[in-house]
Amino acid sequence: MGRFFIALSALCCAVIVAMTAFVLGDIAYFGWEKLTLSFLLAAPEQGMAAGGIFPAIFGTFFLVLIMTVAVIPLGVMTAVYLNEYAPKHSRLVQWVRLAIANLSGVPAIVFGLFGLGFFIDFVGKGMDAAFFGSRLVFGQPAILWAALTLALLTLPTVVVATEEALRAIPDSHREVAYSLGATRLQMVRRVVLPQAIGGILTGGILAVSRGAGEVAPILFTGAAYFLPYLPKKLNDQFMELGYHIYVMATQSPDVEATKPILYSTVFVLLALTFVLNFTAIWVRSRIRRRLRLAK
Amino acid sequence: MRTGGILSAEKAVEALIRLSAFSAILGLFLIFVFIGKEALPVLTSPEARKEAGLSKLFLPQEGPRPYSWQPVSEIPKYSILPLFMGTLKVTLVAILFAIPLALGAALFTSEFAPDWTKELLKPIIELLAGIPSVVLGFFALMVMASCVQDAFGIIYRLNAVNAGIALGLAVIPIVYTMADDALTAVPKSYREASIAMGASAWQTASKVVFPAALPGILAACVLGFGRAIGETMIVLMASGNAPVMTWALQKPVRSLSATVAAELGEVVVGSPHYHVLFLIGTLLFVFTFALNLFAHWFVRRLQRKILGAA
Repeated sequence: MGRFFIALSALCCAVIVAMTAFVLGDIAYFGWEKLTLSFLLAAPEQGMAAGGIFPAIFGTFFLVLIMTVAVIPLGVMTAVYLNEYAPKHSRLVQWVRLAIANLSGVPAIVFGLFGLGFFIDFVGKGMDAAFFGSRLVFGQPAILWAALTLALLTLPTVVVATEEALRAIPDSHREVAYSLGATRLQMVRRVVLPQAIGGILTGGILAVSRGAGEVAPILFTGAAYFLPYLPKKLNDQFMELGYHIYVMATQSPDVEATKPILYSTVFVLLALTFVLNFTAIWVRSRIRRRLRLAK
Repeated sequence: MRTGGILSAEKAVEALIRLSAFSAILGLFLIFVFIGKEALPVLTSPEARKEAGLSKLFLPQEGPRPYSWQPVSEIPKYSILPLFMGTLKVTLVAILFAIPLALGAALFTSEFAPDWTKELLKPIIELLAGIPSVVLGFFALMVMASCVQDAFGIIYRLNAVNAGIALGLAVIPIVYTMADDALTAVPKSYREASIAMGASAWQTASKVVFPAALPGILAACVLGFGRAIGETMIVLMASGNAPVMTWALQKPVRSLSATVAAELGEVVVGSPHYHVLFLIGTLLFVFTFALNLFAHWFVRRLQRKILGAA
């Protein structure tokens, strides 16, 4: 009786592993086949049926770069406040933590609506009215707005990872800094942040991996189906890998013809996210080891 | 003078740090306000109410099909009940598929398996969690749909079962990770006491550890449910997107989230259709927000229970 249920629970594990292997194996097998260097470096041709995906790769990198610049300072400062400044267990800290947990549960498509309603229609249109004489400059879908939308979406990731690293630093380090006459900010800058760099890195990498894979938030905030040029300014639209996959998979006139290209694109996106994730896991495991040693 | 300058610079940076702590609260608040603002005309604007008032959204209408979502037809119809039903159907399949698997796996790795199995499974689950939803959607559309169609003998290639299973793949890592945390948090003394009383490994796991971790496990399920309701790309790509008012799982379905994603790009800004789509977004936000609070409350209960006992 007991044995049967234990075997059943082991089966659950096996099923999950098998399904993951099926998904990844299929994509790796068919995606690797047609993958060439020129595919990575060329622009799409013949309505996506030929050519490469360079503009989508470039757009993805540009997008997550802007996102990182926005989310890292905000996330790190939030974590520093929670762990270094706020009195432990204060009401405010509890509210902030609750808000962060809730923010990470908001559906991605809701972030897309928010990006449209807030960044484009409110901030963008407002900037146009204030600085550009109501000329359409920022009040339209653009890479800046898509990146800021993603920054809000990935904020909890950065905060949680940074906080974990801050907690791994023994209190004695802080006390020594104080005893030498450091102010709190000096202590944070010279003692805490240099030691937390790994955690900040982990958070940043995980945020990039998440941001590079999310499509729903950028649907209406700046992603374009096809552009003959690369994005250069903050108010340009852009092509993106995930969006490229979505469009090719659902709106291609000839699915069979685009299938090899589609598979290779999925492979590239997946490889990108996995390389990022494994780097983050590796850095994090090193932090956790230090956390154990510190205790 | 100089120290005064440094001090005031320090004050400014510290003010910035304090301010940024509010960013998450402010973000949530702005999301609610700016999506709600665009949804509000459905209740207040006479023009929008005439075409898409609450009664048109929720109550049966005259005609051969009392509930239909046809926002771009000549006489637009905005019944969102088929969309609710679609979300519910897909979510139900996902939950029924994902939760038993995830809980079974969590129980196995935390209670029965040797350590190396856990070390092996954790990265695999993280791998699964790291697959972007558009990739799962792609896989469900291109590969899984045919397998599911053959396995269940379904006429339509894209249907609620297919979308639900793909969605389940996205839910499994969430439920597994939280359930595993909850089970591991149960103090070792519980297990030792149970074994000392002569209970078997399975009896200990099912009668002692599992009940002790129950609040955390419920939280895991609630969060998985929340993720399933809001997930967009998987359902958009794998469900067939037909707003049909039926409980039949083998028919194509259209969910709330997929409707927003598919239609907002082409809608006229400020039209009733536009406002209805924002209303759907507001509803999704409110649902998931409530579910998150609920899950949070469960976790707090778990912590208190275990801290109180230890």
